[in-house]
Amino acid sequence: MYEFKYHRPGTVRQAANLLVKNEDAKVIAGGHTLIPVMKQRLASPPHLVDLSHIEGLNTIEMKGRSLVIGATAKHAEVATSAIVGEAIPALANLASQIGDPAVRHKGTIGGSLANNDPTADYPAAVLALGATIVTNKRRLKAEEFFQGLFSTALEADEIITKVMFPLPKKAAYIKFRNQASRYALVGVFVARRPSDVRVAVTGAGSDGVFRVEAYEEALKKRFSSKVLEGIDVPAEGLNSDIHGSAEYRAHLIGVLTRRAVDAANAKE
Amino acid sequence: MAKISLIVNGNPVTGNVDPRTLLVQFLRENLRLTGTHVGCDTSQCGACVVHLDGKAVKSCTTLAVMADGHEVKTIEGLAADGAPLHPMQEAFREHHGLQCGFCTPGMIMTAIDIVHRKGNELDDHTIREELEGNLCRCTGYQNIVASIAAGAKAMAKSDLA
Repeated sequence: MYEFKYHRPGTVRQAANLLVKNEDAKVIAGGHTLIPVMKQRLASPPHLVDLSHIEGLNTIEMKGRSLVIGATAKHAEVATSAIVGEAIPALANLASQIGDPAVRHKGTIGGSLANNDPTADYPAAVLALGATIVTNKRRLKAEEFFQGLFSTALEADEIITKVMFPLPKKAAYIKFRNQASRYALVGVFVARRPSDVRVAVTGAGSDGVFRVEAYEEALKKRFSSKVLEGIDVPAEGLNSDIHGSAEYRAHLIGVLTRRAVDAANAKE
Repeated sequence: MAKISLIVNGNPVTGNVDPRTLLVQFLRENLRLTGTHVGCDTSQCGACVVHLDGKAVKSCTTLAVMADGHEVKTIEGLAADGAPLHPMQEAFREHHGLQCGFCTPGMIMTAIDIVHRKGNELDDHTIREELEGNLCRCTGYQNIVASIAAGAKAMAKSDLA
């Protein structure tokens, strides 16, 4: 790891000021992506701004018809929150499958979204549920937030403060794990929302999380896994590596979407 | 350098550390608490698991400066020198839950965390799922799972939980 200066601001405003003042500063909260990357010397930020001691930034609450999760809420907190379990059980279930128990005690929802790893779980939920990402500057819709591999709409001095999830009628997340890394080889989040259906896929796209519109249209007409039979997802644009070919991933998207629809329907 | 103060195994400690010092380095090299091990150094194997504010974390993926003001418990903090072992340690001894012993401190700290979260009656499936972040290259896990199930039960009757 290269040398850096460590800052522990008490408010989001102080944190943002530190980012403005120190060029190339990086935000850290759980550190479970950033620290490994810094150890490998793939990142060498001269300043680290630690958000994990900002009070109230990890609050989980209902606000009107939205579930609001603070940026530094840890995966374990989302997984075990009675509020999340009641509002969007599929989201609690997703959080309970990230990494391992010790990782879930540190990793945060804001960190996962800001990093936008193409195999991360949360981006699929945020895109499928049509969540809004709130920063210290503005509100971003999920579809404008994610901008491809490890890249987001966040500016250098912009900090995620919370994520607002509108409540779906039904939802489910099914992930097929890479047997070695346990990351999602493919993960599919299906949300039946009041006005439409969204299907978001993580792990498979060479440009990060994406939606499957053909499935969404079919499911909007009838929310049953049967309507997906015979609709194939093209392999173009999907990852192909030693863990699985693009064709294999395309096949998995179909299988997992059907399972997710069945799981969402089973929860009634 | 950064000044840090934290509670380790119930005792207040201070240190003057380079911010890039990992918590595991601080514990092993500054405090000489070498029970916590570095295995993979990539947050996968769990040999470095300690409790931070009562929760299992990987100390190879935590900066010492981030633990400033917090409470850490390591394997050395489970039972005093010469005193009877913690029930989870005793269960690992009794059920032969280790061979080379390298992963054992992390296994035991994780096991106690599982009991704190899931209670004293643990089935094999739960234990195996919860051990996702701890690797053992000797035992094939069978005796580790048996040790944790027995240790969890024993913790219900112990003050050392």
